[in-house]
Amino acid sequence: MESIAMTRQQLDGDKMIVNMGPSHPTTHGTLRIVLELEGETITKATPEMGYLHRGVEKLGESLSYQQFIPLTDRLNYCSSIMNNVGYTTAVEKLLDIQIPKRAQQIRVLVSELARIADHLVCVGVNAVDIGAFTAFLYLFRQRETIYDLFEMAAGQRLHTSFTRIGGLFRDIPEGFVPLTERFLVECEASLDEMENLLTHNPIWHDRTKGIGAISPEDAVNWGYTGPCLRAAGVPQDLRKAQPYLGYETYDFDIPIGTTGDVFDRYLVRTEEMRQSLRIIRQVLDRLEPGPVMVDDPKIALPSKEKVYTRMESLIHHFKLIMHGMEMPVGEVYSATEAANGELGFYIVSDGGKNPYRIRVRPPCLPIFSSFEDQVKGGLIADAVAVLGAMNVIAGELDR
Amino acid sequence: MIIEHIDAQLPGTITDRHDFRGDQTVVITRENLLAVVDLLHREGFQFLVDITAVDWPEREQRFDVVYHWLNLASQERLRVKVPVADGESVASLAGLFKTANWFEREVFDLFGIRFEGHPDLRRLLTWGDFQGHALRKDFPLDGGDVFCMEGCTAPYNNGERS
Repeated sequence: MESIAMTRQQLDGDKMIVNMGPSHPTTHGTLRIVLELEGETITKATPEMGYLHRGVEKLGESLSYQQFIPLTDRLNYCSSIMNNVGYTTAVEKLLDIQIPKRAQQIRVLVSELARIADHLVCVGVNAVDIGAFTAFLYLFRQRETIYDLFEMAAGQRLHTSFTRIGGLFRDIPEGFVPLTERFLVECEASLDEMENLLTHNPIWHDRTKGIGAISPEDAVNWGYTGPCLRAAGVPQDLRKAQPYLGYETYDFDIPIGTTGDVFDRYLVRTEEMRQSLRIIRQVLDRLEPGPVMVDDPKIALPSKEKVYTRMESLIHHFKLIMHGMEMPVGEVYSATEAANGELGFYIVSDGGKNPYRIRVRPPCLPIFSSFEDQVKGGLIADAVAVLGAMNVIAGELDR
Repeated sequence: MIIEHIDAQLPGTITDRHDFRGDQTVVITRENLLAVVDLLHREGFQFLVDITAVDWPEREQRFDVVYHWLNLASQERLRVKVPVADGESVASLAGLFKTANWFEREVFDLFGIRFEGHPDLRRLLTWGDFQGHALRKDFPLDGGDVFCMEGCTAPYNNGERS
């Protein structure tokens, strides 16, 4: 194994080694970057990861399909509901089932809320890392509202586990829609305030423009997806390109950048939040009452009321929990547009209760792998800006 | 569409193909990987989405290395599977696709499949002294006794760093 530490001989001279992480305020989780500096210029950056590796894929092989849902919360923990949606969509593709319309609409609703929450954190924290503290406070107030909404819907703020295979864990409660409507107005105002602080701020421009620029060809070659790819000028968004959950019926635009630098990524994320607000507004307008779980006793658990009062339902519950669902033999890859990019689940089923192999394709791993390329020759302060704009979430990176 | 192209231009390459839930899969032989990748690249499949592997211990060719491709223009997806036996290596795509670099390191780390021509084939998620390959089916779920195995070079071996 190649050693990262340098020999005494190599250290003689002007070079300096700086360890960024594994515990550093701007590493957003536990990851480590060994920077080799000449003055303030980065000559080499070696990313080290795996500090948050929990073996999610290995664990998945010994858990039933339903039991895997809580593990998906812990992938990108800034927008856990989207991981729930992505995973259950993959299993539903394997089962070849359609979920009820209301369940689809609520999934879109919470996914877009999660996208806003994720982008708020990314933009706000990126600004804090660079030195602009105020915008962060405006944004985090809105994130609190989103987490309040998640708490109402799922009973949990961060680790939501809101979806189930075939629908949702439960319907959204009373009071959810009015609060969301209020949020739509307030979030729009907060975004305006944030933009007033940042978009035309000359210091913000100096710190972000031209930093981490990437060409569209390089971005595709590196495997970029999500806002980072779109900032480079590639209009690839799975919600438009390969629609799922009825995204084709919503009216929204895909913002794209031109240079792919930190400033463009900021602009793309800001506009995506506004577009998400548009989608949420449309969902609220068309939300109709109905079931939120498929009407299929082979997939859906019976209601608790029936389990405790009827023999058949108790047996049915027991069978589903102990023996699992009847899964077809085969393999599927299903991808959804998560906040960071394409979140893919590749599931191989041998017909058993547990998946034979479950693979999570994390969007930020290919993006983070380009880190050295992005910061080489730049200043050490820019490394922080680039890392923040990549929105590397260690839980998703290491799995 | 693309599968017919591969079949026409590189006859005999595809050993098996199937279509399940709209996912197109082809199985190719290890020797033909680079030729197929080259063809895919020319046909517009320029986005290498993912590289992973699946372990089938009872099979003679124990592993499937699984590649997922995306055509950005037509939004077509293709899965390419390459069966390899334990100890055999696969050609690295890191020269053609920068994204393959870390994905191949991860497959090497978790399955122990070597990639020929990879510029820096080190473990990615586990540490350098880690014993075994975690996603192999014969690797224990609890990780085994990773720190105190015989001849172990793990950092906490009897308090001494070897």
